[in-house]
Parts: sequence; structure tokens; C-alpha cells
Amino acid sequence: MSNPSSLVQPPSSGAHWADPKRYLWLLGPAIPLIGVLMLAVYTQTGAAWSLWFSVALVHLILPVLDYIFGEDADNPPDDALARLDADRYYSWVLYAFVPLQIGVTIYGAWMAATLDLSWLEMVGLAISVGIVNGIAINTAHELGHKKDKLDRWLARISLAPTFYGHFYVEHNRGHHKNVATPEDPASSRFGESFWAFWPRTVMGSLRSSWHLEAERLQRVNKGVWSRDNENLQSWGMSVVLFGGLLAVLGWKALPFLLIQAVYGFSLLEVVNYLEHYGLLRRKNPDGRYERCQPEHSWNSNHTVTNLFLYHLQRHSDHHANPTRRYQTLRHFDDSPQLPSGYAGMITLAYITPLWYALMNKRVVRHYQGDLSRISFNPARREALMAQYADYAASVRAEAAKAPATARA
Amino acid sequence: MKETPVKYQCPNCEHVYDEAQGDPHEGFAPGTRWEQIPDSWACPGCAVRDKVDFEPLKDPA
Repeated sequence: MSNPSSLVQPPSSGAHWADPKRYLWLLGPAIPLIGVLMLAVYTQTGAAWSLWFSVALVHLILPVLDYIFGEDADNPPDDALARLDADRYYSWVLYAFVPLQIGVTIYGAWMAATLDLSWLEMVGLAISVGIVNGIAINTAHELGHKKDKLDRWLARISLAPTFYGHFYVEHNRGHHKNVATPEDPASSRFGESFWAFWPRTVMGSLRSSWHLEAERLQRVNKGVWSRDNENLQSWGMSVVLFGGLLAVLGWKALPFLLIQAVYGFSLLEVVNYLEHYGLLRRKNPDGRYERCQPEHSWNSNHTVTNLFLYHLQRHSDHHANPTRRYQTLRHFDDSPQLPSGYAGMITLAYITPLWYALMNKRVVRHYQGDLSRISFNPARREALMAQYADYAASVRAEAAKAPATARA
Repeated sequence: MKETPVKYQCPNCEHVYDEAQGDPHEGFAPGTRWEQIPDSWACPGCAVRDKVDFEPLKDPA
């Protein structure tokens, strides 16, 4: 509502509306393309910086660009949504990512096996490729929510380099069902550091995906080791990819493959860490959790990271409407907002005291000082409630003074 | 006898469960009655709503 001109547009504005981000979405597949180019720069010139460029891109360049270009809360007009949704161009922008990503993985493995790299260059190479394959999980995420068969297969191929094929099962059927509840391993808790969250989400998501498939296969009278187990199928793709590369290139490629896979899926998990930090769905009288609402996800309208991540940061609309395509995701005024884009926030998430300093009071304000509504790290619940009691009281006093409509 | 609807729709993502077709991927053979589906079953389209939230869909035919 900050832009009054949107109120006076005629109702038929959608018919002639052109998506201003249409070609900017190509920044998504630009990530693996940059990955390939940087590896080519290293092979041609031996410049070590090229092996670290992707690290700088994610942790330095994108946060700075987010700061410079700021936020964009514009939504497409309602009557343009159907046309935007049906436009196949946007699917091709997603598809383009996958072959480039597989290319960068093979190229990197070949470099690791055949070039005479120092251990530092080797780590830089693996992390660079890991970043591409970690961001690929975001592409797989977008593709895996679609009903189209091609989309769903590409999602699983895209997860193969990080050995994270079970994400395809667990994210849609586990995380989306249990998000912002204590039952979800991938929703982080207030007072839980990223380093404590990491083993809980990695192991918990794996366990959950296994149980989900066991349960589904039981209904079709099949055992969990059936060929129809989608986890086993997806991990099979990883075995083929890793096995093929090792067979051709030899064992020298193994450290590279392992480091890039762990770094890649950890990049997904740090994004998981910030998406629902401290947020909690209440239980209804019937014992079921309230339906997932916009208030249960952290969002960001920072333009640059949104373009690189296919609108992943419009996370509230995604959780309310998981099948909605990236180009049509909307900003909601009542959704909680992060102080920076996801790129900047993941960098802070690694530094626990900084994360707490930036986020904990924000969570307390989100719940208007009602600490009972926060999803706490159970081990530290009492201590944290005592620690934030005074701040919560001041937030409540402030809220009582100002009428609800006056809140910024 | 009262007419019973044979299709149910998710109020969130409009995913339809059709008793005639069942949902073999989810383990429900064609002809599986709505009553036979567990209450805890979540919408395979969005997982935002569960079986008990689905609404009967009147067949336009």
C-alpha cells in the first residue's frame, strides 16, 4: 500500500502488464554459468582468486548489492497472474540451470583429479562447486513442487551432486506439513545456533524422509527397500554420478566430491535455519496445528538475492501456496521481514552471537512481547525467557500505548 | 439413498481426490473410498491442508 498509484490502476491493467523482472530471472542460471567461467579462468590463467570467486559472490558481493539496490515489494496485478503462471519461458529459465550445474560438477571433478592443485586450491575448488550445487537445491526446490513430470525429474537430477535426493520427499511432504512446529527438523528454534541446528536438521530430515517413504510404500504393500522408494531412486542417481566420475577420473576426485556435497547441502541448511527461526504455529483445540500463515516464515524483498534465488525469499506466499510458481509469488504486508537478503543473513547465521543480536529481539517484537508464542530451544527455554522478560515487557507496554494501526 | 460425492478437493491448492481414480502413488488403488483414507493424510499437492479439510466436490455431469 506504500505506492498509491497501484490503487488507481484500472482493473484491466493486467492485460497489458509486462513483467519487469522477466529477463532478470536469467540471473538464476547465471550462477552455474559463473561457476563454469571461473573454473575456465583458473585452467587458463592459474589465478587462484577465480577458485574463491563464488564464495565472495555469496557472502560479500550479493549482500552489498542487496544493500545498494534495496527492496522491491511490488506484486503483479491479480489479473496478470494466470498469464504469468502459464508462460513456459519461466520454466526454461529453471531448466537451464540443471545442465550447467552438472557441467560445473564434472568440470570441477576433472580439475581436482588431473591438475596439480595445492590443498588450499583444492578446498577453494570444492567450495566453489559446492556453492553452485547448494544453490541448485533451490532450483530443485522450485522444480520439485511442480506437478509436471519433467520438472520433477530435473529436480531429482539437480539434487544428485549433493546426495540430497531425499529432500525431494521430505521437503514437500514433511517440512511443508510440519513447518514452524517442534515436529519439523528443518525449522530452527529461538536460542538454537546454526551449529546446533545443522546435525538436528541433517539427521532429522533424513530420518523423516525415510519414514515418509516407508509409510507410503506400506500402503502399496511394498517394503521400504522397494525399487519404488523415491529416496533410493534419487540416491541411486548420486551413486551413478559419483561412481561414474570416480571410475573415469580415479580416487583423486573423491575428496573434491565429498567436500562439495557437504558444503552444498549445508548451504541449503543454513537457508533453512533463517527461514522459520523462532516461529511457532499454535495448536487448535482439536489438537491439530493452526494452518500455516504468512506470519510463520521470514521474508525478504531484497531485489538482487530474490532474482538469484527465484523469489525464494517471498517465503510466506510459498508456504501458504506451495504450488505457486516463482514468477507469481507475492509480498504480504503482514509477513515478518528480515533486515537483509538471505545472502547477507546466511553469512551472519554462521556467527552465532551476531545472529542472536540481530534476530532475537526481532522475534520478540514479532510476537508483540508474548514470549509464550515463541518456538524455543527446549534446553534453554527457561533461561531465555528470563533473559528476554524485561525486553518483552517493554514491547508489550509500547504496544499497549500505541493503537495497533500505528505500528510501522 | 442420499447421493454421495465421489470427489474431494483441497481448499488450498485445488488438488482433487477422485474415488474412481484413487491415487496409486499415494497407495490408494482406484476405487478406494474416502472413508478408507487415514485422517492424518496430508494433501499430496501442497501438504498445507489435511484430509479432514477437503471439501466434497459435486460432479458437474
